[in-house]
This record gives sequence, C-alpha cells and structure tokens, in this order.
Amino acid sequence: MLHTVNKSPFERVSLDSCLRFAKPNDAILLYEDGVYGALAGTRFESTMAEALKKFQIYVMVPDVEARGMRVDRVIAGIQPVDYAGFVDLVAGNYPVQAWL
Amino acid sequence: MSEGVTKKFMYLNRKAPYGTIYALESLEVVLIGAAFEQEVSLVFIDDGVYQLKGNQNTSVNSGIGVKDFSKTYRALEDYDIDKLYVDKDSMIARGLTEGDFIVPVQIMDSAQLAELMQQQDVILSF
Repeated sequence: MLHTVNKSPFERVSLDSCLRFAKPNDAILLYEDGVYGALAGTRFESTMAEALKKFQIYVMVPDVEARGMRVDRVIAGIQPVDYAGFVDLVAGNYPVQAWL
Repeated sequence: MSEGVTKKFMYLNRKAPYGTIYALESLEVVLIGAAFEQEVSLVFIDDGVYQLKGNQNTSVNSGIGVKDFSKTYRALEDYDIDKLYVDKDSMIARGLTEGDFIVPVQIMDSAQLAELMQQQDVILSF
C-alpha cells in the first residue's frame, strides 16, 4: 500500500495520522508541503527516524528544491524520487491513500 | 497624497510558500500597501518562516514549474520596508538558522513579538 502526505507536519496532523495507520513495509511518499517532514534538524526528525524502521519513505525532490532545500538536508534513509518515481510508486502499490 | 495619518500595519505570515497561495498573496498586498507610506512590519511565525528560505528553485525544467517569488523579498527595502521579524521558536523547531534566510531579518522571541502586536493599529493575517 502507498500513503501520500502533502501537508506540513507543523500545520496538520496528516503525517502523524499516516504513521499511525500505515502497516509495516508500506510505502509513504512526502510531497508538496509534506516534504518539510523529511528534513533533518526539525522537531519531527526523531519521529521520522522511528518511522524509517518500519516503512519505505520517499520524498519528492522538486518540492524539496522549490522550498530552498537540498537533498543533502533530507534525513538519511528517506529515498529521493522525481515525478517519474512518483508514477512508479503509484503504479507499483495498491491501494493508495492520500492523507490530505 | 495629502498629509494623512500614519498607522502601524503588521503583516503576519504563518504559511509555507508553495502549498497554498497565502504567502504570495501577502507579498502582493505588502507591495500594493507600500504606496500608502504607512509604518509597515512583516512578521514570520510557524510555517511562515519557510517563506524566507534562500535558494528556492522552482524551475519549469527540473522543478515544480511555478514562479519563485522569494526574490521579491529582496526588493522590499526599495519600498522602505525593512522591518522583517522572524519568530525564534518557529525557526528553531524547523531546523533553520539566520543564515538560511534570503534577506536580513530580526530574530525575536515570542514575548517581543507579542509586545509588537500590541503596538499595531492593523494586523493583516495570512
């Protein structure tokens, strides 16, 4: 199963809810404002470090770079993807839940 | 314009730049409002601090394909808008430092910002 999160974890509980309902080995894609959850040094870094033990976590690079960040600021273990990677994730996982 | 009353206007920004339209709309209103020569300050709290992050890249070829409006913050001083305040707690929670910002800002704690809010005639929220 694939979960997508496109809201900032600082503003909404989308990421928290996603992590609460995702099952081990599920894929989680952070995109749009969701990418703020993938960055090192934030209040959510320890949460994500724990989540990485259970889930495959991906982050959309164009959204990271739009927001002035670089991939080297992404938490180690979170896998960078581009738009083609997004399509692969959607095609390769069923079903998809969007945590809006 | 005839001599009018100068009021204190605060633009209070709390949203990240591209996920919603708030940040861009705020900036548009700031620029329009600059023509009225009021005493203007911009405050960045919560995800609003992300608006000022440097190195934003939204190019059509490799990026999300929307206008990078962050460079406009650099033009604000041409409109005599130089009071930009960043909330320290919001900055720290997001792993940001003063060096991350595209323009010079004043870092303030919540007590200082609370005091500043009290002094305003108008607060515009985005």
